[in-house]
Amino acid sequence: MKTKKVAFLGLCITLAMILSFVESQIPVSVAIPGIKLGLPNLVMTFLLYKVGWKDTVIVSMIRIVLISMLFGNIQTLTFSVAGAIVSLLGMILLKKIDRFSCVAVSVTGGVLHNVGQIIAACLWTQTAQIAFYLPMLLFSGTVAGAVIGLLAGLMLKRFEKWKL
Amino acid sequence: MKKNDWILIAAILAVVLVAFLAVNFFKEDGAYVVVRVDGKEVAKYSLSENGEYPLNGGTNILRIQDGKAYLTSATCPDHLCVNQGKIDQSGETITCLPNRLTVTVYSAGTNDVELVG
Repeated sequence: MKTKKVAFLGLCITLAMILSFVESQIPVSVAIPGIKLGLPNLVMTFLLYKVGWKDTVIVSMIRIVLISMLFGNIQTLTFSVAGAIVSLLGMILLKKIDRFSCVAVSVTGGVLHNVGQIIAACLWTQTAQIAFYLPMLLFSGTVAGAVIGLLAGLMLKRFEKWKL
Repeated sequence: MKKNDWILIAAILAVVLVAFLAVNFFKEDGAYVVVRVDGKEVAKYSLSENGEYPLNGGTNILRIQDGKAYLTSATCPDHLCVNQGKIDQSGETITCLPNRLTVTVYSAGTNDVELVG
């Protein structure tokens, strides 16, 4: 791996961690747990297009482990990993199909993140009734994913000529 | 954005709309709540009786007031379950992940054992 790439991916991990922290400081006044903007996904969507899926998965996993070590516990780690795996899988697949722009990729990521976390919550509590939150989360995931996807599109446009 | 993006977003929103309509269509006034810890039913309380009940050995406190159920305290730091507010319609659920605890509303006519899923 080129030195420039190592440094760049390191910066991306840092940026994603800062975005996680910023997001955790935004007070959520809604009654549904799990509704969030998904700011770190801005970095992941950008990386998916800029450096490919392998590095994106690595950056995402390192971010989750570090953030859980700093601010979370084994429970938050479990839920973050569950959401990230399902969402990254969907995003990578959708990008491979190559018929959508980064907005649809990001929307898929947002929605599947919520789906993954609901599945994790059902398994964690052994209670299927938690799926009650799903419709609200699908809606919020779509809106949040679209916002993040549009932002990622703007970033990709500005970094078009920039190469690693 | 491409045309396919709009189609995908519209498809997801259509699913959401159908899910919302279905939930509202089958929604009924609740009669009682079922408390589950680790998926096992541990308690059942009528919504028509006011009261305060410590759950799961006191990790969460459930209050039933004027036909609505809500959690008033929890041992976890984030208090997400307390913030979830009051519930009184069938299917509505309050979740406390750290204690693996849920409180779900059921209507009078339903047998909660059959409702799982």
